[in-house]
Amino acid sequence: MDRFISKLLFIAACSSIAILALIALFIFKEGVPIIIRSGLGHFLFGRIWSPLEGQFGILPFIIGSLWVTAGALILGVPLGVACAVFLAEFAPARLAAVLKPAIELLAGIPSVVYGFLGVMWLAPIIRVHLGGPGLSILAASCVLAIMILPTIVGVSIDAIHAVPRSYKEGSLALGATEWQTAWRVILPAARSGILAGVILGMGRAVGETMAVIMISGNATQIPHSILDSVRTLTANIAIEMGYAVGDHREALFATGIVLFFFIMALNTVALRVARRRF
Amino acid sequence: MTARMKNKIEILDLSVRFGDAVALQGVTLNIAENEILSIIGPANSGKSTLLMAINRMIERVTNATVEGSVLLGGQDVAAIRDVQELRRRIGMVYAMPIPLPMSIRDNILFGPRLVRRLRKSASDDLVEQTLVASYLWDEVKDRLDSSAVKLSGGQQQRLCIARTLAVGPEVIMFDEPCSGLDPISTAKVEEAMKELKARHTLILVTNNTKQAARVGDRTAFLLMGKLIEVDDTNKIFTAPGDKRTEDYVTGKFG
Amino acid sequence: MRIPPSITQKIAKISLTLACASAVAALVFVIGFVLVGGLKHVTWAFLTEPILDMGRAGGILPAIVGTILMVFVAIGIAAPLGIASAIYLAEYTQEGKVTQTIRFGINCLAGVPSIIFGLFGFILFVVMLGFGWSIISGGLSLAAMVLPTIIRTAEEAMRAVPRNYRDVAASLGATRWQVVTRAVLPYALPGVLTGVILGIGRSIEETAVVIFTAGSAVQMPRSLFDSARTMSVHFYILAREGISNDNAYATAAVLICTILVINITAYTMMHRLMRGRRAA
Repeated sequence: MDRFISKLLFIAACSSIAILALIALFIFKEGVPIIIRSGLGHFLFGRIWSPLEGQFGILPFIIGSLWVTAGALILGVPLGVACAVFLAEFAPARLAAVLKPAIELLAGIPSVVYGFLGVMWLAPIIRVHLGGPGLSILAASCVLAIMILPTIVGVSIDAIHAVPRSYKEGSLALGATEWQTAWRVILPAARSGILAGVILGMGRAVGETMAVIMISGNATQIPHSILDSVRTLTANIAIEMGYAVGDHREALFATGIVLFFFIMALNTVALRVARRRF
Repeated sequence: MTARMKNKIEILDLSVRFGDAVALQGVTLNIAENEILSIIGPANSGKSTLLMAINRMIERVTNATVEGSVLLGGQDVAAIRDVQELRRRIGMVYAMPIPLPMSIRDNILFGPRLVRRLRKSASDDLVEQTLVASYLWDEVKDRLDSSAVKLSGGQQQRLCIARTLAVGPEVIMFDEPCSGLDPISTAKVEEAMKELKARHTLILVTNNTKQAARVGDRTAFLLMGKLIEVDDTNKIFTAPGDKRTEDYVTGKFG
Repeated sequence: MRIPPSITQKIAKISLTLACASAVAALVFVIGFVLVGGLKHVTWAFLTEPILDMGRAGGILPAIVGTILMVFVAIGIAAPLGIASAIYLAEYTQEGKVTQTIRFGINCLAGVPSIIFGLFGFILFVVMLGFGWSIISGGLSLAAMVLPTIIRTAEEAMRAVPRNYRDVAASLGATRWQVVTRAVLPYALPGVLTGVILGIGRSIEETAVVIFTAGSAVQMPRSLFDSARTMSVHFYILAREGISNDNAYATAAVLICTILVINITAYTMMHRLMRGRRAA
């Protein structure tokens, strides 16, 4: 009996890997043929995406994803790490106990709501004050920065808490201020954990779909400035999936493959980094 | 001890390793029916490991390998197919009192309920009987349904004894049962043990040599995984056969 | 000239406080923006009437029902599977190559973007298994997506149960399964439920997965094999296609309120669990 239960539980535990394998299998099965037909180089580095003419180059979307993600990290990482340092080292315990779940709640807000806010409020501000169409890399980056904040803050706080207390006490005993201690002792010691959080946040930014569709403008050309409209890999899939057939649909799955590889690489790196100690 | 007594547990050439580390080495030891055997020795001498080998809790440790055999009433414990049955026959009381976070009554009935449904009258009887035997009844009889976590440390430990009694064990093993208790609570626990001897075989692991002297009929001395000697408690504490035993019981090390 | 440490300390403290304040301000702003714009349009009729004229008129009842049914399917599958996985990882095995592989799979699955779950669900459930755009396809895809959340939270909750409880139960003659059901799960329950609630929250928020696997029918679903839209999808369509700003705001307000209730519940449960553990 116990052996039977044990088997059953083992099977359940394997379900995650099974799902992951199925996802890979189906995405690859649908997407690989078109990559082979048009050539990996043409697919990845082609500058023109024109499904009607059978042109499937996703370079604009790769660049779009990179721009948007880079923007989100530039805005979100300093803010996130600062929040983490404040909550872990400076804020009174009671305040931290309220603020931490509040920041976690940012992850709970539907991405479509963020997108909506971007469209209704942020994009018009950018359009009026900075020019361009408003729906742009900048708008998407701002919104994504807020969306990845909980990931970065959460993982960073854990990393800071994992730094031995004696490091901090030693530093304070030598006459360093709390800030000097945080900057010169705690952050360096926690850097691999924080880096893991940043990479995970990066994964979230790359993978985000609905908010990005709503606020990035979705133009299929390669952007030249942060005020340009841009289309990401995820947006490309989501926008055209509704009506795509044949080669076109395969090309969208192929876009999914690129995304899948990218995310897997990021996760693997994050796990490696997180395992490293000090 | 009189030789007429039947052996309840026979340990034959028992060795236990955790990975490469040897915890017990060739221990041979008999425990007679209705006696209290004290096992003394410094930390890491293999006392707790010995207990774990007897009720096969050691199987829950991944890297443990056991050689030799333990006989319970003449039967090899390794051959008992249903390890749960073995553990019901050999009860265990841990160093720290570990009441489960439920009522006093539910704590006691936890073990019996694992095997059968109990009728109200039967369970009431069982609760009273075990609490009386563990010298706790008078203190808790009016609050059997309040949380066991609220009891004092000494009361919790006696509750743990009652809980062990409730599954009807033949042997009860105590693993330093009084290490966290004050002298008065300790006295009550010891008193309970002496009473229990009438119907059970008791093994008391303790690093308190005075307690071993007070409670044990016989005492065994373990050192670094080896059994140095086992004899009547009086003899161990007054005229031990081995120099190391003498050094330990007189407090030269430990 | 070197700035004295006491001054940098002050500057740093102020900037860090500001950083954190701005993060919280963002949260308050997002919630406030939606509630201020939307709550005034939320009426009893809005919650209980069918979607009319593609959402220009009427209410959101079909979207509410669609949301509930899809969450039901998703959690109905993901919760047992996830809790069983967690029991295996926490109670039935030792750390080794196998658990490392399983954990790697869980971590990767947790990182897979929702759009990929959408593609996967579309091909497997909608096309290959022939479920069509339906609540069942949507629910199954969502189940795959929330599985890692449920496993991780449940495992953490089980690991937080004192080791002793297991020893006591085993020493009283409990089988391995009895140890789990009687000495571990009862005390890990708040944590396990927190994971399930977070999974419910994730399912409600999700849009990309649902659009590709459940479609976006506006009618009231009659069976699990009907297409349906969730509140998130409804809101997305209203907002993106500019159908009705008022109704978009109102839907968003309902959505945000639901999410708030869910997250606050999850948080208080987790909090209580931690406090209970400290007391024990």
